[in-house]
Amino acid sequence: MSSAPFRERLIHWALAGSAATSLFALGGIMFFLFWEGLPLFADYNVIDFLFGSFWYPTAEPPEFGIFPLVAGSLAVTFLASLIAVPLGVLTAAYLTEIASARIRRICKPMIELLAALPSVVIGFFGMIIVAPFLQDYLGADTGLNLFNAGLMLAFMSVPTICSISEDALYAVPRSLREASLALGATRWETTLHVVLPAALSGIGTAVMLGMSRAIGETMVVLMVAGGAGMLPTSIFDPVRPMPASIAAEMAEAPFRGEHYHALFAIGIVLFLFTLAFNIIAHSVASKHKQVGSSGL
Amino acid sequence: MEWIASKGRFARQYIFFGILRSAAFINILTLIGVCLFLFINGLPAISWEFLTEPPRKMMTEGGIFPCIVGTAILALGALCISFPLGVATAIYLHEYAGRSPYATYIRIGVNNLAGVPSIVFGLFGLAFFVTFCGLGVSILSGVFTLAILTLPMIISTSEEALRTVPDTYREASFGLGATKWQTIMRVVLPSAIPGMLTGAILGIARAAGETAAIMFTAAVFFTPRMPDSLFSSVMTLPYHMYVLATAGTEIEKTRPLQYGTALVLILLVLGMNLLAIIMRDKLQRRH
Repeated sequence: MSSAPFRERLIHWALAGSAATSLFALGGIMFFLFWEGLPLFADYNVIDFLFGSFWYPTAEPPEFGIFPLVAGSLAVTFLASLIAVPLGVLTAAYLTEIASARIRRICKPMIELLAALPSVVIGFFGMIIVAPFLQDYLGADTGLNLFNAGLMLAFMSVPTICSISEDALYAVPRSLREASLALGATRWETTLHVVLPAALSGIGTAVMLGMSRAIGETMVVLMVAGGAGMLPTSIFDPVRPMPASIAAEMAEAPFRGEHYHALFAIGIVLFLFTLAFNIIAHSVASKHKQVGSSGL
Repeated sequence: MEWIASKGRFARQYIFFGILRSAAFINILTLIGVCLFLFINGLPAISWEFLTEPPRKMMTEGGIFPCIVGTAILALGALCISFPLGVATAIYLHEYAGRSPYATYIRIGVNNLAGVPSIVFGLFGLAFFVTFCGLGVSILSGVFTLAILTLPMIISTSEEALRTVPDTYREASFGLGATKWQTIMRVVLPSAIPGMLTGAILGIARAAGETAAIMFTAAVFFTPRMPDSLFSSVMTLPYHMYVLATAGTEIEKTRPLQYGTALVLILLVLGMNLLAIIMRDKLQRRH
């Protein structure tokens, strides 16, 4: 009999230990990014790295200014959210406010399948279909550009934005809707003036997580953003977002040379961007959490 | 007058509901469009030879058999690690930890791990598994990297599954004198395991479609040999597709191969997702 509590305790500790894996993984990721990225700054200035406007890693002497890459990442992310936020939130509103249970049962899995499309397939689609279209019909110099990448990324972040917004809208208490309808508002007025505002913090979380997904996405920007490391001046300019640079250059960067360390340093910047998006998203979610029906 | 005003309000509702409807419609149209496009172009490329033979002549002819094998090994291998770990974490968080500070830290860790871009997982895999642990560009490095990448997803679906087990089950078991672990093993897990398996399927699908995390850790352009040990590098479907579409010697000429590979990949990934969705739907109706 005395061995049972001991065994229970042992299991408890084993489970707690396995649970720590995620923390170790996150810590390990940070540690090794810095471990391989920081050596760059031994003889390269941090300010030049962050704000230098030329990325010529193989020139003599090399220049590692990532400003155009950061600008490229922010530009595609901004453009993607410009498309994905309305599309995602409106779809979520359709699913919770209008669609019948039967339509919802068909639509929701479709949105999940959209999320499941591998990014390399979406990039391929952008290369083969969207790029020639932009070139032939919209007069872009090259079809592989900022607009194409933004559009493809939008479709990758729509499912994220949609499903989290949907949860937020779904959590709005029924009594709020009923009160609004009872005052004579139409269903649309109720949706716009009551349900959406009540779910706003959840939608904010959705938007931040969608942007986090877009800025970190690699294959799409690697395949369709065009790869030119310069500041974009129009939406049809090719850009070279941060993940594309890392993915395209790692194979040719000499092991533990300056270029190699510089790519890890880009990884640090990218990681910090997504971390910031995630922290904002979760703090929005936890600060304005709806509690029961008195949440407003 | 009032009647006209209210008519205007309903007209507005009609218009805006139309906009919401079309937003949903656009998404579904995109999914169907992409799938249909790949289906129509990819189907002619698929044959028994395409699925069972290695690439030939600088990857301009032949099949994708090594890529299918590589993808399967990486995805299943990753799951063999992430599934037990993820389930254990979920059990700890849901059954043991409650709202302790330690559990809060783990939740924060899992949430942020879920948001790490796949290319950063690739960098980590390169720095840690490939270089620091000395595993090289190999199946093992790829499996470990993908295991960490899929871990947050397994944890959240497993916890979701544990949440659907009613507390009355646990109370009944405790009431009969069972210990906590006996309760978990004999009562909680048997009713939560189908939900956890849907999460596992989603995890495999995610790992199978992943490119950026394995391009520095496990995948190579081309290898003439089939993988014969855990330290071999492999070819995978997504990376093969990327290479053919962007870096091949004759991009236009290998178009059919690219379509074929894309079709096999989405059939695999969407098929598994569909399976998971159907399983979940069945479960939800049971509860």
